[in-house]
Amino acid sequence: MTVHSSDDFAPKPYWNPYLAGIGLGLVLLASFVIMGRGLGASGAFSSAVAWGVQRVSPEHANSNPFYAEYLGDGTTNPLKDWLVFEVIGVFIGGFISAKLAHRVKGKLEKGPRISNRGRLLYAFLGGGMMAIGAKLARGCTSGQALTGGALLNLGSWAFMISVFIGGYALAYIMRRQWL
Amino acid sequence: MSAPFFKYGLFGSEASLIVAVFIGIGFGFFLERAGFGSARKLAAQFYFTDMTVLKVMFTAIVTAMVGVYYLSVFGVLDLSLVYLTPTYLAPQIAGGLILGFGFVVGGYCPGTACVSASTGRYDGWIYVGGLFAGILFFGEVFHWVEKFYASTPMGQVTLPQLLHMPYGLLVFLVCVMAVGAFAAAEWGEKKMAAKKEGK
Repeated sequence: MTVHSSDDFAPKPYWNPYLAGIGLGLVLLASFVIMGRGLGASGAFSSAVAWGVQRVSPEHANSNPFYAEYLGDGTTNPLKDWLVFEVIGVFIGGFISAKLAHRVKGKLEKGPRISNRGRLLYAFLGGGMMAIGAKLARGCTSGQALTGGALLNLGSWAFMISVFIGGYALAYIMRRQWL
Repeated sequence: MSAPFFKYGLFGSEASLIVAVFIGIGFGFFLERAGFGSARKLAAQFYFTDMTVLKVMFTAIVTAMVGVYYLSVFGVLDLSLVYLTPTYLAPQIAGGLILGFGFVVGGYCPGTACVSASTGRYDGWIYVGGLFAGILFFGEVFHWVEKFYASTPMGQVTLPQLLHMPYGLLVFLVCVMAVGAFAAAEWGEKKMAAKKEGK
């Protein structure tokens, strides 16, 4: 990699994908070895939602088995959860990496053929669909695909193949957003 | 055997939360290094123009899988103490499809959305808002999907157990498959780039 003095503040290129993949794999391995569990993301959001619902209506939250699973026995705050802290770390780690590479920038990620409003609407809808899928599957790309993939978990591999099928199935319809 | 350290009582739950933050920092760091803070880069996977998602994901899976295999074979890591999500085949296939739809519509998955948001992308923040809304929706309609959610339970089962194959052989086969996928991805990217040049 050559560094030009005039480009010192220009965004640096991303890492070689295989190198980034090895780094990610070693973090996952470290989690297995240190904690006895893999990575996750969607679970942290579930804890936060369950906590929020409980704040608004404790009876409603406690009578719902989905929320109750994240609320525990009531002796500890649901936000005092391993995945919640891990996801806080993800925010910090992503920021550190981007900052060092001059990639922190307020902008929209989208193709040239879609309006800002359209892109934001799709981002919201996609986030919602992703959440429903992840809850139904008991995990997302991190908790199922990466973690379960590395452990050769049957359900995780079935999940992972389905994710790619789902993505490719809708890719043509969504092409205006990205290409 | 001395790992997983937490399960062997090397530190308590309070300390585990500090470990969580550091593991998260590593996770977020490498996701961003790979370019996964950008929805365009992630979505390009589905148009065969940039296969980084496949390359990074499978390299990470292979790295961790091989590490777990050798550490367990050499008796360092007790695999029975590593949490394995139980398999519920039908909801996991359905959830995977819906998640795949959400991936190409929204451009992120939950983890990459956090990286995108923390590096200033507005669509990342809105996507995170969508995540909260989707989980709340799922929670509110849970009694309708509860039966399907609990259907086709198969317990904690791995591919070697299901196929009655040696663990090491399956690890090897996944490695071979990954190398094949990487070769196909490199070839596909060149092909797509050539097609673009030709236009």
